[in-house]
Amino acid sequence: MRQRSTFVFTMMAFGYAFLYLPIFSVVLYSFNASRLVTVWGGFSTRWYGALFHNETILQATGRSLLVAAMAATLAVAIGTLAAVAFTRFQRLRARPLLSLMTSAPLVMPEVMLGLSALLLFVGLQQWIGWPAGRGLMTITIAHTTFCCAYVTVIVQSRLAQMDESLEEAALDLGARPWKVFFLVTLPVIFPALAAGWLLAFTLSLDDLVVASFVSGPSSTTLPMLIYSKVKFGVTPEINALATLIVLVVTSLIVAATLVMGRRNANPLR
Amino acid sequence: MNGSGFNWLGFWNLVFSALVQRIGVLGRELRQRRGRLVVAGIPMLWLGLFFLLPFLIVARISLTTIDPNAQPPYSSIVTFTQGWQLELHFNLDNYRRLWQDGLYLSAYLNSLKTAAISTLLCLMIGFPMALGIARASTRWRLPLLTMVIVPFWTSFLIRIYAWIGLLKDQGPLNNLLLWLGVIDEPLHILYTNTAVYIGIVYSYLPFMVLPLTATLLKHDRSLLEAAFDLGCKPMRAFWRVTFPLALPGVIAGSLLVFIPAVGEFVIPDLLGGPDSLMIGRVLWTEFFQSRDWPLASAVAMAILLLIVIPTLLFEHLQARRGAQEARR
Repeated sequence: MRQRSTFVFTMMAFGYAFLYLPIFSVVLYSFNASRLVTVWGGFSTRWYGALFHNETILQATGRSLLVAAMAATLAVAIGTLAAVAFTRFQRLRARPLLSLMTSAPLVMPEVMLGLSALLLFVGLQQWIGWPAGRGLMTITIAHTTFCCAYVTVIVQSRLAQMDESLEEAALDLGARPWKVFFLVTLPVIFPALAAGWLLAFTLSLDDLVVASFVSGPSSTTLPMLIYSKVKFGVTPEINALATLIVLVVTSLIVAATLVMGRRNANPLR
Repeated sequence: MNGSGFNWLGFWNLVFSALVQRIGVLGRELRQRRGRLVVAGIPMLWLGLFFLLPFLIVARISLTTIDPNAQPPYSSIVTFTQGWQLELHFNLDNYRRLWQDGLYLSAYLNSLKTAAISTLLCLMIGFPMALGIARASTRWRLPLLTMVIVPFWTSFLIRIYAWIGLLKDQGPLNNLLLWLGVIDEPLHILYTNTAVYIGIVYSYLPFMVLPLTATLLKHDRSLLEAAFDLGCKPMRAFWRVTFPLALPGVIAGSLLVFIPAVGEFVIPDLLGGPDSLMIGRVLWTEFFQSRDWPLASAVAMAILLLIVIPTLLFEHLQARRGAQEARR
């Protein structure tokens, strides 16, 4: 037994080191004075200064945050409706079709989602003239479409666990279905909506492939900018930006964990 | 009312109230139906328009011929000759090329191979980690799990970019190994298949660890204790008790790693070399570099048939088997 524990412990140490090594290296090199990524030229914060004066990066970040917020909100709205239709309408005739449309994006390679969305937008523009050209709106639509699927899965599992007698009680007491949804169901499933929104936001913020297909000339998002910089020579500002992202994400997660940990000691129960 | 003995007022009252009630029921049903129509209709409409319809368009364009002068760059299927005669031109050459040109077939096979090996590596690293997390004290479990998730929330591209720096010929990894005297000259890892494996395992390890931990946490420790009491060796107990019980988690985690890995574009593009052909990268190149939209569409249709549909079928069967077992 002892031997196995040592083995498990070693593998865990290796696994965590593997997961965090690249992140630490990015954080370390963001404070490198040298322009060369491989050479250590002393401690400096010059890249942070450069980052905040780089209009291209700041604009791309703004665009990405905007698209992610819109796509996540739309995806939560549509995904929740789909989840409600799934769990509450037992005799829905379109169930197999809805099920296919919400589970297929999860197993679809990103290149296909991007290509098919672009060909749709090009086709629509030819036939009905909308959308005229491609830009932030087409990226938002494409992101909403694949994020919906993730939201549906999360909300659906929460709805399935929920005690339906709460809703029945409200209906028996004469509340209209919409009122029941907003006053009873929504507060109960709210954590799932929040989790779905966050997941959709991250997926959208991180997406390079779909956005590359459906973006227009002046709608370069942050991942597209980072990709071109990585592909054609890196500027060290990217390290500084990455460090800031890591900082924000880590503090958010630690805060969320502390709040959740206080409420419920074991999240996997 | 005048002595006939029949209560007309009561009769009409009855009929009227029955009618009102009936209309009320009908109205409520209609309202309910309308509500349901809206709730189910909005997602159906959105996904039908932006997810299902596009694949019909992709299928249509895969049957056209590339036409660099046209905007968009493909020929149309339907043409009108003499003003009114309709002619259809289906071009199957794109599919023929997929089959005959060895490039696409080897890219497809290589995608499957790369995804399978990466999944196995993820399992080999992820299982001990999940075991460690599941057996840690409650105090440590949440921080350990959170530490698995944190990298997932930070930018994927930047983490891949970090590996470029780490794996370089003059990078920290090579410098460390040289300094330790393990190697005499730098290893060429970056821009090879090895780098692609490292990248995929690194990116998708959390997807393996999370479902495994969830399954392992449900285990009854007394089963293992019983095995030990009966004289079972630890290794044997692992393979006979722990692993079979964790099988649902193994399958779930493997699917979560394998599926995105097969269609991966970014990792082979940034970490792999010219020979790290994967099907997602081939589609990207055909589209953005050759600007061959019809061929890219044909590749997409092939991925749909050979990867997406089998995966969906497998998941469907898996879910049905799970439901059957739950009923038993």
